[in-house]
Amino acid sequence: MNITLNNRPESFTQKIITISQLLEIKNFTFKMLVIKVNGKLVKKDEYSSFEINEGDDVTVLHLVSGG
Amino acid sequence: MTNLELRIMTFEEIKSKLKNYTVGIAGVGGLGSNCAVALARTGIGTLIISDFDIVYESNLNRQYFFKDQIGMKKVDALKENIQRINPEINIIDNFIKLNETNIVDLYKDCDVIVEAFDLAEMKKMLIETCLSELPEKPIVLGLGMAGWGQNNIIKYRQSENLYICGDEISEVADENPPLAPRVGMVANMQANTVLEILLSEKL
Repeated sequence: MNITLNNRPESFTQKIITISQLLEIKNFTFKMLVIKVNGKLVKKDEYSSFEINEGDDVTVLHLVSGG
Repeated sequence: MTNLELRIMTFEEIKSKLKNYTVGIAGVGGLGSNCAVALARTGIGTLIISDFDIVYESNLNRQYFFKDQIGMKKVDALKENIQRINPEINIIDNFIKLNETNIVDLYKDCDVIVEAFDLAEMKKMLIETCLSELPEKPIVLGLGMAGWGQNNIIKYRQSENLYICGDEISEVADENPPLAPRVGMVANMQANTVLEILLSEKL
């Protein structure tokens, strides 16, 4: 399946993946994340069940301290 | 990487447009104080500033405060400094620690919200609160600006109503402190993004 991840096209061999799988495949190991799928916030307790499908637009923000 | 339209305007035209807008700034440390000053100089009508902290000597390496303001509430010190620069700006100041509830109350009528916290968990709290409770509101984030050098990795991207300024990787640590140049760069990118949003035809 093809999706958009952080404004860039990405391809996966699977037809559907969960957010937890996406984070594992892309090696996003950070603790403090905000994730949006098609503009909607997905909360942490949904990561293992929320499915990403063909054509979805996924934003993963890694929150780093500093300001 | 933006779908906002840029227009050509004189500074008089810019000021007459900006005076109608309200910008909320959440946190007035390194990002918030510098961003607020840039917006005040450009003529934003109203700034809503909130912070629960006071000015410490250690803040003076990057925050828009002065040595004789140590011990003052940051919101009071910033208000004083902005009024010295541009007394026409209307400033609403809240000496308060922002949370999921009061962010919505204090910032729901802003045209744009600037996220200017230092701690990652506070940034997360603001983004999640705004995406859930104020889903249409433009939010300008400052993400990743510790250390020095590396001009070329500071960047900007937009994800719907989230506008992200910073390198997104440089985290503050004892041996990677936040310093005036890079914090100021990101704070001014945030102010520049606010102008781009407010001066576009889209709003």
